[in-house]
This record gives sequence, C-alpha cells and structure tokens, in this order.
Amino acid sequence: YAWDANEEYLFKAMVAFAMRRYSSKSTTQISNVLLCNVTDRVSFWFVVTDSSKNVTTVPGSEVEAAIRMNRNRINSAFLLSDKTLQFLKITSTLSPPVEPSTPVWLIVFGVVLCLVVAGILFLIVSGIQKRKKKNKESTERENLEEKVEVTLENGIPCEALDLKAGHSNGVFAADDERFTSL
Amino acid sequence: LSATPEIPKEDGRPKWDNKFQYILSCIGFAVGLGNVWRFPYLCQIHGGGAFLIPYFIALLLEGIPLLHLELALGQCLRKGSIGAWNTISPYLGGIGVGSWMVSILVSLYYNTVLTWVMWYFINSFQEPLPWSVCPLNENRTGFNEECYESTAVNYFWYRKTLNITPDIAESGTLQWWLILCLATCWAIVYLCTIRGIETTGKAIYVTAIFPYLVLTIFLIQGLTLPGATDGLIYLFTPNLNILKNPRVWLDAATQIFFSLSLAFGGLIAFSSYNPSKNDCEKDAVTVAIVNSVTSLYASIPVFSVLGFKATTAYQDCLDRNIISIINEFDLPEESIMRQNYTTWINFLNSSYPEKIAGLKLKSCDLQEFLAQSVSGTGLAFIVFTQAIILMPGSQAWAILFFIMLFSLGLSSMFGNIEGVFTPLLELRIISKSAPKELLSGIICIISFLIALCFTLGSGSYWIDIFDRYADSVPLLFIAFFEVIGVVYIYKIKRFSKDVKWMTGRKLNLYWQITWRFISPLLLLIVFMAFVTLQMQKPSSYTAWNPKYEGFPMKEEKVYPPWVQAICVLLAALPCVCVPLVALFQLVKQKHRNKGPSFVPPEVFSCQGANS
Repeated sequence: YAWDANEEYLFKAMVAFAMRRYSSKSTTQISNVLLCNVTDRVSFWFVVTDSSKNVTTVPGSEVEAAIRMNRNRINSAFLLSDKTLQFLKITSTLSPPVEPSTPVWLIVFGVVLCLVVAGILFLIVSGIQKRKKKNKESTERENLEEKVEVTLENGIPCEALDLKAGHSNGVFAADDERFTSL
Repeated sequence: LSATPEIPKEDGRPKWDNKFQYILSCIGFAVGLGNVWRFPYLCQIHGGGAFLIPYFIALLLEGIPLLHLELALGQCLRKGSIGAWNTISPYLGGIGVGSWMVSILVSLYYNTVLTWVMWYFINSFQEPLPWSVCPLNENRTGFNEECYESTAVNYFWYRKTLNITPDIAESGTLQWWLILCLATCWAIVYLCTIRGIETTGKAIYVTAIFPYLVLTIFLIQGLTLPGATDGLIYLFTPNLNILKNPRVWLDAATQIFFSLSLAFGGLIAFSSYNPSKNDCEKDAVTVAIVNSVTSLYASIPVFSVLGFKATTAYQDCLDRNIISIINEFDLPEESIMRQNYTTWINFLNSSYPEKIAGLKLKSCDLQEFLAQSVSGTGLAFIVFTQAIILMPGSQAWAILFFIMLFSLGLSSMFGNIEGVFTPLLELRIISKSAPKELLSGIICIISFLIALCFTLGSGSYWIDIFDRYADSVPLLFIAFFEVIGVVYIYKIKRFSKDVKWMTGRKLNLYWQITWRFISPLLLLIVFMAFVTLQMQKPSSYTAWNPKYEGFPMKEEKVYPPWVQAICVLLAALPCVCVPLVALFQLVKQKHRNKGPSFVPPEVFSCQGANS
C-alpha cells in the first residue's frame, strides 16, 4: 500500500493510543504527535508533546517504553512486522520459540526404539522356536530310523534280545555310523 | 571318493535366497555415504566433467579387476577373509587378519556417523526445524552469541549435536542424547544382522533400493529449484587443464578404490555364500558400474541443491546491500532491484564514493558462493540442512534426506559387519551349538561399548582420525598384497582355471594383463603417493573454538604427540599383521619340519575345495 496522509494519521493515532495505554492518562491527542522529515523511503522522526505541560515533549524513554509495550498492536495495524517496521533505538524482545513439554525428538526416538526392540525380540523368539522344532524333529527322525534299523538288521528285534538275559555286543551297540564307510 | 554331484550345497553353509539379493548386497556395500558426499566434491574441485576421465580410467584399470578378484576368491574358496587367505597359503593368512581388523575399526566409527544421521532424523519432525532458528540468550534481547556469530545450522551441529570441545585433548563428557541414538543404531544393526545373511538379505531389499527412490525424488525437486542450473553447469563444466595435475589422478584412483569397499573382507564374505558355479565376472562388472553410475546420479541432485543454496545466498547478499544503500540515501522502496543493482552501484560509486565505502558493502559474486565446496559431514549436516530450510515443506525433505543417508550407511554397515562376523563364525570362537544370534549380539554389544568414546565432546575429532588413518592406508596395503598373493603365490594359471570352472569362460586378456601387471603396479604407485602426501601434510586438524579470534572460522591446531602415536598405530596395526603372521608361520614350520621351510601350496583348486 502507498504511504499517504491517511497512513500518517493512522500512525499518529497508534502512537497516541500507545501513550494512553502506557501512562493511562487519557489526555494524549492525535494532535500531540508530530511528524517531521518525512522521506520517500518512508522514514521520519516523530515527537510526542504533552499538552498539559505547555508544549514540552515527552521524554524519549517514556515514548520508547510505551511503544515497546504495544509493539505488536502497532505492527498489526500496519500489517507489518518487527523487521519491516523499524523503530531505531528500540530493540525488540524476541519471543522464545514454542517448546512443547516433552521434546518432540524424544517421542520419535521412543517410537523408533520400541519398534527395533520388538523386532529383535521377535527374531530371537522365532529363532528359539525354530531350533526347538528342529531338535524335536531330528529326535523324532532318529527314533524312526532306529526302529527301521532294528527290523532291518536282524530277524530278531534287538529289544527282544536285550530284554532276554543276553549280553549286548559292544561291537554292534553304540555304533554311530549307520553305514560303513567306503 | 568320487566326485559327489551338487552335494556342496548341503555343507550347512548359509546361502543367498536368490542372485538378486547377493548383487543388491554387494551394491549396497559399495554404494555408501561417500558416493553422496565425496564424489560430487571431488568432481567440483577437480575441474568438473574433466574429472570423469581419470575416474573411469581408474575404474577400468583398478576398480573392476580388484573387485573381480575378491568376488572370485570368495566364491571359489567359500570362506570368509581369514579362512580364505589361510587356505591359499598359511603365510598369507595375515592378509585376512588385516582385513578383519580394518572391518572392525571401520564398523566402530561408521556407525557413529549413522548416529548423527539418526539424531538429525528424529529432530526433523519439529516445526520449525531446530537448526533454522538460533536460541535466545538469557535476557531474551538477542540471540545466543555463539549462534549469532556463526549460523544457526553451524550452532546446531557443533553445539546441540556434538557439543564439541575446542581441543582434541579435552575429552568433554559423554553426550547422553548421542548415547541413546548410538544404542538405537547398534540395535538396528543387530536387528538386521542377527542371523547373518539370512536377515541382511531381507533387509537389503529396503536399504539398498530406498536411497535410489529418494535420490530420484530429490533429483526432480532439485531441478525445479531456482539456481539449480547454475550449480549443475558449475559442476560439470570440464576444465581439461586440470588433468595435468597428478593430484587429480591420485584422487580419482583413491576414490574408486575406497568407493568400491575393497580389501574389507566383506565382499569375500558375501561371495562365499554363493553357489560355486556363478558368473562372478559379470557380477563384478555390474557392481562396479552401478556404483559409479550411482555416484554420478547422486551428484546431480546434490549440485542442484547446492546451486539453489548459492543463488539464495547471492540474492540475500544483494538484498542486504540494497537495504543499506536505500537506508543511507533515503531512496524510495523498490527503486533498486536486483536486476539494476550493478548500474545503481556504478552510478553511486562515481557520484558518492565515500558514502559507498563507508557502507562496507560485501561484494556479492555468484561464482564465489558456488565455489564454496564442502565434502563429508559438512556437506550433509551443514550445507544441505541449510538448503533444506529454504525449501518449501522442509520437514518432509529433511526426513527423506536423513532416511536416505541412513539407508546408504546401513547397507554399507552390513558389509562391514559381515566382514567381521563370517571369519569369527568360521574360527569357531563360540561352540557350534550356540546360536548365531549370540555371536552377532556379542559383536554388537562390544562395538557399542567401544564406540561410546565417540560420543564424548571430542568424538568427532577422533572420527576424523579414524577416517583418515584407519580407512585409507591399510586398505591400499592389504589390496596390494591381495593381488600379489593371488597372482604370484597362488599362481594366476591355477586361478584362471578356477575362474573358468566357475564362470564357464576362459579369462580373457583384459583380466590377465590387469591382474598380472597393471593393478599391482597402480596400487603400489597410489600407495606410495598417498603415504608421501599424508606425511607431507602436517598432521593438523581444524577445531571449533568459540573463543578463537577468527571465529566462526575454525582454528588450525596440531595433534599432540600422543594422538599422533595413535594415528600411526591405527594405520600400522592392520598392515603389520601381514608380515607378522607370515613370520609366525615361518617359525612354526621351522619348529615342526626342521627341513625345507617353504611348503608350496598343495594341489588344491576350487573343484577340490568343495568335495
């Protein structure tokens, strides 16, 4: 928007408003705010006079404090920000960034860690189960093959031989190899 | 004992589910963080497109032959690195031990880099991104001083992430947030390598393919950013004069060598799980070419983004100058725009030179911004994060970028861990009945505990040391002996027969010449040149010291003597294994035989190894 006399009027009004709020005197009028040295850059000097004290200017520190207190109202009146509407010699207090109660990264970290630990536990447990199943299977298979061996090797089942008062022949017993090696 | 047909598969050795898994694992191992943050940097400082010439020559003469050698070796002998070299000759067992040691050292520090990536990843879920704003100082009138003098991105990296100490001798304290992330990273590595290639084979589908997806997304996004073309032109403009500089050839050779992850023992481990009759020649060529193409492909989005960042910085510079001029001369708003900036400056300089000089305007030159080249962690965590803030939808880009880096690093970690895991499994450190999960768990926990020292305040200085000394010289040394060992001790005639048995084709002239002469010679030259250059450079490092006068420039410091001793130890330890083991075997033979000490390797070949 272009800077014209209406905008200047609004500015004077805002400064008067700020002074009223700050000092809670309702005597400051728009006519108390004087602008001078207006340039095309849109920069100017302004003073606030005190009509009750006979055309003396309000000290700069008071004006500064008033404007600092109402900075955001003044900014939003002009649809500008601290950067685009600069008051020389008034440094703005910066608002701290919004900090949630638990830092977000802890939440994300917790989620990731839980997933990973769940995966590890799942893999370990499934590995144990697989191993148990393999052991069970291999013992079953051993039992099966032993039975087959017993019936194949002799006409008489070895168990029958064992039960009867016989001596187990060490040569054939406890022989790990099912087949003779070549 | 007659040759039993196809029984070798039942020897209880785990195997890949399919060929694609194997190729992907090799590619994932080779394609790592270096492809993204080292190759584009080298391209940029060594004359852009002209760098591709020495790069491809090195690929042909050094990369592909060495890769083929390692893959064929592992496939033929079907053992991890220690077992394989012991089988070739007991005197060469030191090569395997050296590779194994390097794999351990690299796994330790590489996972810490992944810790940093993970930290940035979990911080990317915040709005606004935590590295985009400076925190305030105590009385809330301004920003934190350290952050204000450097940039918010630098502050987040050096203070909030690393909490770096100004000197390597000051260790600082353990950073608890890094410990948490480190534990998570090692847990993820454990999860994926828990049963060796059974689990990494499944995980590799994701970790190897996902980075390509993200790179493509970044490519499309990057090319649409303003200033991308400037970055790309700057990257690829060939400057053929650079080829006269021998440094360029050395960098190309070392880049190819380190990029393919040779001499770690991981490739030998991967190919040892293959069926014997597999075309390792084609595999080697495929993996090497995919690795190089990926480097090129990755440099395009990287440089588009860097060009965008340089353009934005240039425009900011111009804008700041314009504001100061307008304020000084009270000119109306928008009288000076970026386009007519130069005309205005010239006019004002001729009419009011003192005023212009008094303003202390910074000279804004786009080429200067483009020339600020960074590689390594600086590229990812400082430059790229700064560029991401400027993009719309920064959270999504940050999340994607860091997941991509994480996948790239994780797939390389798989190879490193396999290089440690497979030889240990074969050495029967723990009894056969104990589950594999226990061994991988032990490896991960011990590595985690040792890697805790990288989470200290001085941790990143130590990682630089490991990267410079443990990850460079020993590999060249070991690779040289690998080639010599296979070609001259195992004898290339026998090896050719083995390869012919595996691939079904005779070794053609290219392999013969490169294996016999070119690759060993090249490795020797590169090794000598590299060591000479390292020794010429004073062993110094740059430290981040907020109290330094030149802050935010980093302070150049020299390593204290005890640190230098550690550097030498890191570089020498894997190398010294090679002669030590040979000596040990010599002594053992002398004690045993008391006769001819050198027993030629017995008649043994790939076919024989399987029966």
